[in-house]
Amino acid sequence: MIPLSHYLILSATLFAIGAAGVFLRKNLITILLSVEIMLNAVNLTFVAFGRFAGDLDGQIITFFVMTVAAAEAAVGLALVIALFRHRESLNPDAFTSLKW
Amino acid sequence: MLALIPLLPFAGFLVNATLGRRLPKSVSGGLASLVMLASFVISVISVVQIAGRPVEARAIQEVLYTWIASGDLKIDVTFRVDTLSAVMILVVTGIGSLIHIYSTAYMHDESDSEFARYFSYLNLFASFMLVLVLGANFPVMFVGWEGVGLCSYLLIGFWFKKKSANDAGKKAFVVNRIGDYAFLLGMFALFARFGTLDFQEIASAVATLPAEMTFGVLSITTLLLFIGATGKSAQIPLYTWLPDAMEGPTPVSALIHAATMVTAGVYMIGRNAVLFEHAPQTMMIVAVIGAATALMAGTIGLVQNDIKRVLAYSTVSQLGYMFLAMGVGAFGAGIFHLYTHAFFKALLFLGSGAVIHALHGEQDIRNMGGLKKELPITFWTFVIGAVAIAGIPPLAGFFSKDEILFETFAEGHQILWVVGAITALLTATYMFRLVFLTFWGERRHDAPAVADAHGHVGPVLSDRPDAHGHHGHLHDAPPAMALALIVLAIGSVAAGWIGIPGNNVLAEWLHPAFEAPRAAAAVAGEPVAAAEPAAVTGEAAGESHEALEFTLMAVSTAIAVAGIWFAYFVWVKRRSIAEKAAREFAPVHRLLLNKYYVDEIYDAAIVQPIRVASQDGLWRGFDVKIIDGAVNGAATIVNSSATLLRRLQTGSVKTYAGSVFVGAVAILAYYLWL
Repeated sequence: MIPLSHYLILSATLFAIGAAGVFLRKNLITILLSVEIMLNAVNLTFVAFGRFAGDLDGQIITFFVMTVAAAEAAVGLALVIALFRHRESLNPDAFTSLKW
Repeated sequence: MLALIPLLPFAGFLVNATLGRRLPKSVSGGLASLVMLASFVISVISVVQIAGRPVEARAIQEVLYTWIASGDLKIDVTFRVDTLSAVMILVVTGIGSLIHIYSTAYMHDESDSEFARYFSYLNLFASFMLVLVLGANFPVMFVGWEGVGLCSYLLIGFWFKKKSANDAGKKAFVVNRIGDYAFLLGMFALFARFGTLDFQEIASAVATLPAEMTFGVLSITTLLLFIGATGKSAQIPLYTWLPDAMEGPTPVSALIHAATMVTAGVYMIGRNAVLFEHAPQTMMIVAVIGAATALMAGTIGLVQNDIKRVLAYSTVSQLGYMFLAMGVGAFGAGIFHLYTHAFFKALLFLGSGAVIHALHGEQDIRNMGGLKKELPITFWTFVIGAVAIAGIPPLAGFFSKDEILFETFAEGHQILWVVGAITALLTATYMFRLVFLTFWGERRHDAPAVADAHGHVGPVLSDRPDAHGHHGHLHDAPPAMALALIVLAIGSVAAGWIGIPGNNVLAEWLHPAFEAPRAAAAVAGEPVAAAEPAAVTGEAAGESHEALEFTLMAVSTAIAVAGIWFAYFVWVKRRSIAEKAAREFAPVHRLLLNKYYVDEIYDAAIVQPIRVASQDGLWRGFDVKIIDGAVNGAATIVNSSATLLRRLQTGSVKTYAGSVFVGAVAILAYYLWL
C-alpha cells in the first residue's frame, strides 16, 4: 500500500506548481489553469486523508470543491473575456488601476 | 408692585430696542422718559407707604419667585424697599427721569434709529440699576451690578465709530470686570461662611459675632467686596476707567458716571453696614483709600482742560469722600453725600452738556470763556451746582460734605480729616476754575459753527439740524434741557436741608438700614451698639460734639470760600499767575496733567506684560507651537507614514496574490513550527 506521505508529497508538489504558475505566468488563462491545479492538489489531499481515515468526508468535500471550482472557472473566464475586451491584453501586469 | 419699578424701564427698553428704528424721535424719547417717570411715581408711592409705618417696620419685601434652589443654596428673586434703598430708588428714578428728558433734546441730532438705540440703552441701564438697589440678596444685586456694567459699556461706546469711544468702553468694561471678580469671590466667601446670601440674614448672623480685630475671614470677605466697589465706584486702584468714560454722550456721564452707577459701590457697603462694621481692618482700608482717592483725583482735576474730565475727576474725588464716610462708619453721612452729590453732579454734567451742545462739541475749557451772558440758564444753574459742590451753606453739598468731615474728625481720624479738608479746598478751587474759565472773561472760541440748537420749539419738535442757518450767536439750553437743569438746580440748593445738623431727618430715616434686624440684635445683646457710630442720629451727640460740629462747619465753609476766592484771584484777576505757576512748577504740572502717569504705569506694569505674555507666550508660543504643533504634527505623522505605506498598493493583482500567499505561508509556518 502506498503510504499517505506519498499522496501528500504529490499534492504539495502539484500545489507548488500551481502556485508558481499563478505567480510567474503572464497570461490570465494560464493563471486560471494554475489555480485549478492548486485546487486539485488540495482535492487530492482531502481524498487521501479521507481514505486513510476510513470515512467519506474527504470525498464529499472534494465534490464541493469541484463544484465551486467549476463555478469559479466560469466566473473567472467571464472576467478574463471582459478584461480582454476592455484592454486587448491578457497580461495581469497591465491591470493596475486598483492603485490609489 | 415693587417689581414694576425695574420692569417699567425694561419694557421701555424692549419697545425701543425692537421697534425703535421705526418710531419717530418724539415717540421713542417720550416713551423712555414716560416709563422712567412712571417708575418714579411708583417709587414715591412705595416710599410713602413705608414712611407711614413705625420705624422698625419700614420695609416692603416682595418675593417674585425662586431663582435657584440647589442643596443649601436657595436664592429667591426678592425685591426689598427699606429706608436705604428708598433713598436710592428715588435718586435713580428721579434724577434718571430728568436726564431722560434732557437727553431728548441733547441727542436730537442723532438719526431715528440711533436715537432709539440710545434710549433703549438708557432704559435698560435704569432697569438694571433699580434691580441693583432693590435686590434683597447678593445674587440679585449682582445681576444689576453686571447689568449696569454692560450698559455703561454700551453707552460709553455709544458713538462706536470713534475709536477713542470704543476703547473707553472696553476699558470701563475690563476694569470693572476685575472688580466684579473680587466681588464674586466675596460672595462665595460669604456663602461659605454664613450659608446664605440674603442681606438681612447675613446681617443677623454677623451681629452675633464680635468685631474681628485680626485680619480674618470677615476682613478678607469685606475687602473682596470692597475691591468690587472700587471697580464700580472708581476708587484707587481701579478708577482709571471713569475719566475715559467721558467719551460717551454727556447725559450718560451725568446719569451713569455721576449720579447712579458709580454710587453702587457706596450703596453696597451701606447695604452691608453691619458686615463691614465687624471688620474694622477693612473699614480702615476703605477710609484710607477713599481719602487718598479724593485727594489724588482733586489734584488731577485742578489742571485738566477738558470740561467733562474735570467733572469726572471731581466725581472720583467726591466718591472718595463717600468711601471715607463709609470707612469711618458714618454710613448715613456717606449715603447723604451720595444723594446730594447725585443732584449737583448731575446738574454740573448736564450744564457742561449744555455748554458743549451750544459750542457744537467743543470740550476744551481753554477755548471757552465769556459764556455768562450768552447762556444765562446754563450759567446760573452751573454756578449753583458749583457752589453746592464747593460746600457753601446752605446748599446741598455743604451739609453732606460737612457731615462726612465732622464724622471723620469725631471718630478720631484727624489725618483723614485733614486730607478731606484739603480735598474740600481743591474741590472749591477746581470747580471755580472751571466756572471762571468757561463763563467769565473773553470768548476764546472764535468759530461757533452752525447754530443748530436754534429753533428747538420743544425737545422733540424740531427739524433736522441742517435746516438751520448760521446765526453767529450761541443758543442756550432748549426747553427740555433747561427743565432738567432748573429742577436739578433747585435740588442742589434744597436737597441738603433734610440733613441739617441737629435735625438730621435723613440720618434718622436711614438709621434702621445700618443696623442688624431687630430680633437678632436683641439675641446678641450689645455687641452691635459697640461698633455703631454714636453720632449718626445726633441724639447721642453731647454738647461738646455740637460745638465741635459748628467749629468744623465754620472751618469747612472758610475753606470753601478760600478755594473760590483763590480760583477767582488766579483765573479771573491774574491769569498770568496760573501760567507762571504752570511754568515754574513744570514737573508738577506735567505730573498732574498726565494724571500721575497712572495709566502709563498700569500699561507698563500690567497691560503690556499681559499683552506680551499673551501674544508671544500664549499665542505665538503655546497656541501656535504646542497646540497647533500637536494637531499638525499628528497630521504630518499620518501623512508621511501613509506615503510610505501606499507604496504597497501597486494595483498589480499578482503582487496582492503574492502577499496573500506569503501571509498564508507565514501563518501556517507559525502554527506548524512555533
